[in-house]
Amino acid sequence: MALNYFQPLFDVIRDKDRCIKCQACARQCANEVHRYDGDLDKMISNSQQCVDCQRCVCICPTSALKIVDNPNKFRNNSNWSQQTMTEVYKQAETGGVLLSAMGNPKEYPVYWDKILLNASQVTNPPIDPLREPMETKVFLGKKPKDVTFNEDGSVNTETTPTLELSTPIMFSAMSYGSISRNAHESLARAATELGIFYNTGEGGLHKDFYQYGANTIVQVASGRFGVFKDYLETGAAIEIKMGQGAKPGIGGHLPGAKILEDVSRTRMIPMGTDAISPAPHHDIYSIEDLRQLVLSLKEATEYKKPVIVKIAAVHNVAAIASGIARSGADIIAIDGYRGGTGAAPTRIRDNVGIPIELALASVDQRLRDEGIRNEVSVVVAGSIRSSSDVVKAIALGADACYIGTAALLALGCHLCRSCQTGKCNWGIATQRPDLVKRLNPNIGYERLVNLVHAWDHEIKEMMGGMGINSVEALRGNRLMLRGIGLNEKELEILGIQHAGQ
Amino acid sequence: MKKVYVNEDWCLACHLCEYYCAAANSGAENMIKAFANGNKPIPRIRVEEGSGINFAVQCRHCDVPLCVKSCITGALSVKDGVISCDESRCVGCYTCVLACPYGCIVTSESSKVISKCDLCMKNNNGDPACVKGCPNKAIVLEER
Repeated sequence: MALNYFQPLFDVIRDKDRCIKCQACARQCANEVHRYDGDLDKMISNSQQCVDCQRCVCICPTSALKIVDNPNKFRNNSNWSQQTMTEVYKQAETGGVLLSAMGNPKEYPVYWDKILLNASQVTNPPIDPLREPMETKVFLGKKPKDVTFNEDGSVNTETTPTLELSTPIMFSAMSYGSISRNAHESLARAATELGIFYNTGEGGLHKDFYQYGANTIVQVASGRFGVFKDYLETGAAIEIKMGQGAKPGIGGHLPGAKILEDVSRTRMIPMGTDAISPAPHHDIYSIEDLRQLVLSLKEATEYKKPVIVKIAAVHNVAAIASGIARSGADIIAIDGYRGGTGAAPTRIRDNVGIPIELALASVDQRLRDEGIRNEVSVVVAGSIRSSSDVVKAIALGADACYIGTAALLALGCHLCRSCQTGKCNWGIATQRPDLVKRLNPNIGYERLVNLVHAWDHEIKEMMGGMGINSVEALRGNRLMLRGIGLNEKELEILGIQHAGQ
Repeated sequence: MKKVYVNEDWCLACHLCEYYCAAANSGAENMIKAFANGNKPIPRIRVEEGSGINFAVQCRHCDVPLCVKSCITGALSVKDGVISCDESRCVGCYTCVLACPYGCIVTSESSKVISKCDLCMKNNNGDPACVKGCPNKAIVLEER
């Protein structure tokens, strides 16, 4: 189109005194923003194509580059923001559904930031995690209501399989296809070294990664991609994905361009065909149907593996969770509306679902009220950004947290939110071989291990401060939480008191 | 002996090793000064690229160094396995350039003498700039 109605979002600023024209930026930009002009002996930038992924800024050996917001603005309007107007222009130009990636970036309240933690003073001494033992190990799965013993003292209670985590953190479901092989390898190796779990997402499991099976959660989603006996048997647990926080109520669509040979073999679909996951599981229209799938998967794996059911946090999440707890599932994973994605319709991502903090509090309360909290573990996802979010989630009632975005940040992601283009300059959300190799899994896995170790240390510090020496004693301990700047209703749902009370 | 190796699986052909090498051996305080006023210091490492395979090449510090054997003035010598050039003795005959099977001896237009990788022994106490600067750990200094 000859006339461009909207302006570039970003401005690439090059400090000419610092630039040595090494062209690293040009070689590293998959969006072809930078280029060397031999005639002018100059580096030229085309800001129009910039997605602000910061790759060039990070790689520049002389720190000559800056990406800033384009100072050019449409006329101020509190109702029609520049972004809203730009989206209208884009749709008028293309006639298409707007696509976005990663989590909801809108200015909704972040309840984690409105909850404060307690600490011990005088009457109940804090614990120093460097001097005293501190337990962050957790087990996910059904817990028996009571324990009975045989006459010889052995345990008589029947137990079901559980997952043992060294720290209450797991890597969220991200499929091979939506993320690269090297990203997957980094996650798998890190989970193995850390004694936690990563999740295959719905893309099947590459043969090369079967060796990490003991630390793998295999997912069965509505598309059933890559699901077969070996796959189910390889994983430590099986997750049925009913929904995803970034796009509750809709399915997935991995474009054919990303289905290259390896992805095609892993997903068991022809090369170059779009991988479309339907919005519903076509065999699940009730809790009873879900129960059938849960039990089928258990039957297929000889009742040796816990089954997780993952749902998006939506309005009646507590009732749904109660149904899932009765379906025979061992673990419920709830994904909040800030959860990430490789691609979702913008309107869905930004407007559907509810915050994970409120969903978690109401699910935990509902399950406790119904006396079935021990039937399932609750894992929460959807923008757990730091160790303090983990601690607050556990105190609100979670058994463990899934981290997806934070894990990708550890691998280099700068949240440019352009995964759907397949041109990830950090080698994460792409299948282009030249880009995939930019993520060296030897570096990636080490960074993930570092991140989780760091969070584990911080969790121990915070628990110690509260005088608590195990995650088990923190779980559902809402007395350790106080709200700040929350209204009565919010406090009631979260089940916490206001700061000062 | 530790040598510099390149893993082509991780080499991105960003060419930064060349710039880090050139700057480190230029004697300038930092990279900006090394390349200031149109200066183009010559790197002793070169990235070969094409067909999706890239790798950086620099002196292999051969056990049987043909360059040292061919040197007519004794400018090239081996010390503790590291082959280096005494530039004050080099006469610019370029016999070593012809002899090196890897093409790792480089020449510049501004100076007659050759230059080659000495594992940053002279400028950085044996901590090679290419290894330090590689953004993807494709270049490593290790014993093999």
